[in-house]
Amino acid sequence: MTAVETAAASPAAPIGAVPSFDVTLRIRRFDPEAASPEPYWEEFTVTAHGTDRVLDAMHTVKWELDGTLTFRRSCAHGICGSDAMRINGRNRLACKTLLKDLDPRKPVILEPIKGLPVIKDLVVDMEPFFASYREVMPFLITGGNAPSAERLQSPEQRARYDDTTKCILCAACTSSCPVFWTDGQYFGPAAIVNAHRFIFDSRDEGAAQRLEILNDKEGVWRCRTTFNCTDACPRGIEVTQAIAEVKRAMITRAF
Amino acid sequence: MQTHQYDVVIVGAGGAGMRAALESSGRARTAVLTKLYPTRSHTGAAQGGMCAALANVEEDNWEWHTFDTVKGGDYLVDQDAAEVMAKEAIDAVLDLERMGLPFNRTPDGKIDQRRFGGHTRNHGEAAVRRACYAADRTGHMILQTLYQQCVKQDVAFFNEFYVLDVLLDTDLTAQEVPSGQAVTVAGVVAYELATGEIHVFRAKSVVFATGGAGKIFKTTSNAHTLTGDGMALTLRRGIPLEDMEFFQFHPTGLAGLGILLSEAARGEGAILRNSDGERFMERYAPTIKDLAPRDIVARAMANEVREGRGAGPNKDYVLLDLTHLEPAHIEAKLPDITEFARTYLGIEPFTEPVPVYPTAHYLMGGIPTTIDAEVLRTNTDVVGGLFAAGECACVSVHGSNRLGTNSLLDINVFGRRAGLAAAAYAATSEWVGLPDDPAGAVVGELERMRGAATGERVSDVRRALQESMDANAQVFRTAESLDRALADIVVLKERYRTVSVQDKGTRFNTDLLEAIELGFLLDLAEVVVVGALARQESRGGHFREDFPTRDDANFMQHTMAYLRPAGADARPGATQVRLDHKPVTVTRYQPMERKY
Repeated sequence: MTAVETAAASPAAPIGAVPSFDVTLRIRRFDPEAASPEPYWEEFTVTAHGTDRVLDAMHTVKWELDGTLTFRRSCAHGICGSDAMRINGRNRLACKTLLKDLDPRKPVILEPIKGLPVIKDLVVDMEPFFASYREVMPFLITGGNAPSAERLQSPEQRARYDDTTKCILCAACTSSCPVFWTDGQYFGPAAIVNAHRFIFDSRDEGAAQRLEILNDKEGVWRCRTTFNCTDACPRGIEVTQAIAEVKRAMITRAF
Repeated sequence: MQTHQYDVVIVGAGGAGMRAALESSGRARTAVLTKLYPTRSHTGAAQGGMCAALANVEEDNWEWHTFDTVKGGDYLVDQDAAEVMAKEAIDAVLDLERMGLPFNRTPDGKIDQRRFGGHTRNHGEAAVRRACYAADRTGHMILQTLYQQCVKQDVAFFNEFYVLDVLLDTDLTAQEVPSGQAVTVAGVVAYELATGEIHVFRAKSVVFATGGAGKIFKTTSNAHTLTGDGMALTLRRGIPLEDMEFFQFHPTGLAGLGILLSEAARGEGAILRNSDGERFMERYAPTIKDLAPRDIVARAMANEVREGRGAGPNKDYVLLDLTHLEPAHIEAKLPDITEFARTYLGIEPFTEPVPVYPTAHYLMGGIPTTIDAEVLRTNTDVVGGLFAAGECACVSVHGSNRLGTNSLLDINVFGRRAGLAAAAYAATSEWVGLPDDPAGAVVGELERMRGAATGERVSDVRRALQESMDANAQVFRTAESLDRALADIVVLKERYRTVSVQDKGTRFNTDLLEAIELGFLLDLAEVVVVGALARQESRGGHFREDFPTRDDANFMQHTMAYLRPAGADARPGATQVRLDHKPVTVTRYQPMERKY
């Protein structure tokens, strides 16, 4: 029997079928090519299934109702970091947020992440974000000749910086930070997370340089420990703690 | 329109593209064009590991790795290429470590290694620990590490630039160009998403590293953006595609969603069970059981479901059981995939088995290349200055079925080789003139698509294609099912000619690009199905129920598919797929029956 026949032979509402429900998306839109470009709200109501992500509902809108709705996405399971946005006021990945976990009786409010220039609808200019990342020297720095085999690193040394290796550069943390909203010069949590990843790597010899960079007036000291970044991180990184560890390393010079 | 000039242009910024860029950017003026941002590339979704015979935890050597790769590929692997890959694997892993990749470590501080499907000790005796890994985030770590090194080297990236055409100095589609005649690349044409502007990149060397085409199927582990762009546009310019009928279905996709759960789960001890709780792989692969290669496991799973032993209310999946493993061990070694099960299915893998079913995962075929990543336009002629590496290429190191971890290896070994070869070629070659109106074809296509006031919806055509491919060209295939798929594709290609997009703007018009991508998917699906129809045997990832055994006498050869103008009575511009063959390179392993 082919897959098609199997599907056709199933009863209309098989046991275990996922219930469907209607959900309204209230989306902050912006068309840069409009006669007088102003952001506005638009609502769409679509039918969703129990396992659907916010991204699935957005695709339904784009593919069936309004092809001009614009957003970034790629992997659709929380790994590539393309679709960070404000969902009901909180920074999350659209592909990692299930509709059933939101209150379906109220509209799901979708807005671009804050603090970066909006290009169109939910798409923002990521360049300032990546520029901050590049400034912290986010690469292994070593001196001397490279060894012929691998550098040794104990499991404990490896574990020391594990948490910050998980970063996917989605900008959910940085664009949730009130300091970043008011001061675009601030490096922001993501850049500090990526500095942390190397500062605490036993193989790296560039910690002093990175700490010098982050000791800047737009560096770690601007962090006000609001924990927005930790709440926003879709990878579960303890961002605020990582920033605190970098601050401590700056004072104690122990890393 | 803007024109740029670089010695080397690399198309794609996943593992293969960035590995190539690290070699070429220090040697030649290099630009990397990507339709995403580099760190969004799908290399980052790879989980389990990258094999290399480091022998850090038990005896191993690269010759065993070569043998496993050849046998895993059901003897369609070019053995000289597999040897290169297995040998260079060791340095490829050490290079990544020196770049800072945070591999998991043994107690004495070396790179740790674990078991993976089809990788064995001494030619199949037992599973061997060969996969170097970083938890279940090995691809993420490779992508991040390569990007970090690109930042360090100040590689020039053009982000969100869609390459839509490759420029050659000779038209390969109009008439046959004799073997021996030089054909040379001149550059590429790209569309800048942010502005809608067209850019022509003149280049001495062009490297395609554009990844896979999983979106020809509905159920897939692949990203939405994996639409086979590089393969499709070289095909349209007359370059063949090799072995496209071989698509890998990964056994453990989350049921109903297709999201990948790494084979590393089974490497760490997880077991596949049917509705009776039976460890059914004992019947299909008595020696290495759940760690048999993916084609065998995927078919076994589909067969269990077909014979009524599927689990769940609709008996349409099997179960991946991790419940007998220590939660601390799972948390340490498989943190991401256990979270996927929790997030997307609401399943707690510590206490409940996870519903899984095969998902379209990896295209073994692609743009044919030599072991130096040079693109072939016939069985023997290379196109001067044109290179390909990674999933979009076919070297062929994977034959008819890729072993787990060998793709992360492939992108590193052949990405590096492509970068070196592209820089070396650029250093010794002359500039080739651009054709008149180099962007004409691309501009015409975009204008037609944007100009159509009303017409078919892109998503309707795409959905119909994906559903037909899932139903007719998946794990089990027959002449009848493939004929149905081909008939569907013919109709869908006609419908595609009348699609229109709603977004008529120039800035960030993803509606328009999705329409263009659908054209790529349709062309590639046709090549997959035509190749699958012609291959009247079963080998690796291609299983024909009407021809259930391997037939070395007639089919121990690569398929070479060419897109050529259809006959004189066809509509102007219509094309058809023509098949030819290429011999398999055999060095030390004669084909044997494949048992595990």
